[in-house]
Amino acid sequence: MTEFTDTFTEPRRKRDAASRFHTAAIIAIPLAAILFQVYVPQFIKYLSYLELPLLVTVYFSLMRRSPIAGVLFGAGIGLAQDSLSSHPLGMFGIVKTLVGYFAASMSQRFEVENSVVRLILAFFFCFFHQFFYWVLARALLGEGLDFDPQQTIVVSMLNAAVAVPLFHILDKLKVTG
Amino acid sequence: MEYLLNRYRTLSVLLLAILAQLVLLAYQVKSNGEVRLIRVWAVTAVTPLARAIESTRGAVSRFFSDYFVLLDVREENKRLKKELDRVNMDNQYLRSELDTADRAKSLAIFQSRSPSKTIAAHIIGNTTGSGAKTVIVDRGSASGVQKEMAVITPDGIVGKVVDVYPTASFVLLATDPSFAAGVISQKNRVHGTLKGQGGTKVIVDYVQNEENVEPGEWFYTSGDDGIFPKGLPAGEVTSVHPGKSKKEIILSPSGFQNGLEEVLIIIEGVHAPIPELPAPHQQIHVQPPPPPETSSAQPGGASGPPAATAPPAVPLSDADRILDRYRQLGIAEKHEWGVRGRGAPDFNLPLDAAKPAEAPKPKQNQ
Repeated sequence: MTEFTDTFTEPRRKRDAASRFHTAAIIAIPLAAILFQVYVPQFIKYLSYLELPLLVTVYFSLMRRSPIAGVLFGAGIGLAQDSLSSHPLGMFGIVKTLVGYFAASMSQRFEVENSVVRLILAFFFCFFHQFFYWVLARALLGEGLDFDPQQTIVVSMLNAAVAVPLFHILDKLKVTG
Repeated sequence: MEYLLNRYRTLSVLLLAILAQLVLLAYQVKSNGEVRLIRVWAVTAVTPLARAIESTRGAVSRFFSDYFVLLDVREENKRLKKELDRVNMDNQYLRSELDTADRAKSLAIFQSRSPSKTIAAHIIGNTTGSGAKTVIVDRGSASGVQKEMAVITPDGIVGKVVDVYPTASFVLLATDPSFAAGVISQKNRVHGTLKGQGGTKVIVDYVQNEENVEPGEWFYTSGDDGIFPKGLPAGEVTSVHPGKSKKEIILSPSGFQNGLEEVLIIIEGVHAPIPELPAPHQQIHVQPPPPPETSSAQPGGASGPPAATAPPAVPLSDADRILDRYRQLGIAEKHEWGVRGRGAPDFNLPLDAAKPAEAPKPKQNQ
């Protein structure tokens, strides 16, 4: 294995060490992310492109390193987001369930404390989230939504740029010992 | 089976979670049924938090606004002391103008004048859908709001209520692609259907090419849709082009012109007639010029502001009295009006103290 790949992969013992969080943090952070999405774009329109609930789902799934926990986080946050939207329940739920599962699965293979890895994963999951939501909306609801790959890439890059400092802040909430 | 479930536990949980949500989706799509309980819980949980954040933001914003207004008023006060009461009166007038322009007041005035029964609501958030054109207002079924009620501002229509919860409601904005309302043009009474486009503009659909619609023309609600009462302004035509069979009419929606913070929900709508256009060559009344002033109208008769601005012999209003006082102060201080570099007389002196030992000689031709 090369030195480069060693930076992004790690010994299995270290990989298996899942981070722990206070129950209050696990409830309050997604709630705050959803509230942010409901409230803040009211005043700053550009922030409507920020998918904080998605970033929180990715973070918790990566840090917990358990696909089952990832599925539950994703489903919970997605359904909560759905219930505050005007479309049927389950759209964000399904997409975020998959994001949670894949993020947790990735965390078992990569060094997720690394900022570059976090940036790439956040970008990938944001793009996947937007794309899969579009697929579901077309396939299940028959909605003729437009999918602009260029715009989605830019939005995903912006979200990924926000994800790195956000994840660092959320790291402070980890329970040590 | 149990072995398989244990062996593929993770995958089983994933499939179970997705399957459950698919069933939930299918139920909603097939039966057009609402999973109302979950939404009620979510909205009821979020509304107080959103309301608390909004009131905190409002308080902080008001504090800073008041602070800066106070600073401004202090500076303005210094200047106003130099310019004395006349500018102060102007200031008061501007203040009253500003107050009148205040959004909440204008909303209340509109509400009291509108024939329809309305309740005011505050927008407390957006829904979470990407590119959503739906907002959350702080009035719900507890305030008498029902689904499909019209939402307006004094400037025009805003949208309609699509979901109602005890303490909040979702309002689909007129710019949403799924929004539609019956409209009629003001000038030629052309009927059409207003539809959102997802952007800032809306279109009027189903207008035949033979119909006559002009840019700048206004569209009003026709009352055909059973949601909006007739006679509410919908928007102004920004462009009209003939299409294959129907006209392509783009409208600038008037309800969004001054931003959306407070809206009115129409509880009981009353149809009103479409306002008539003003007559094209309406005569305008012009007051005849005032008669020329005589010299006796000027107290003291000495140097003062030009005769055209001289007050009547007996001051009629506060402004006249103040102007008269300034003139007398100017005379007492031997001030020459309109001379560059002389500045302004000291208007703060009491009139008695300012009077010179002997009255100044009049300069004007008698």
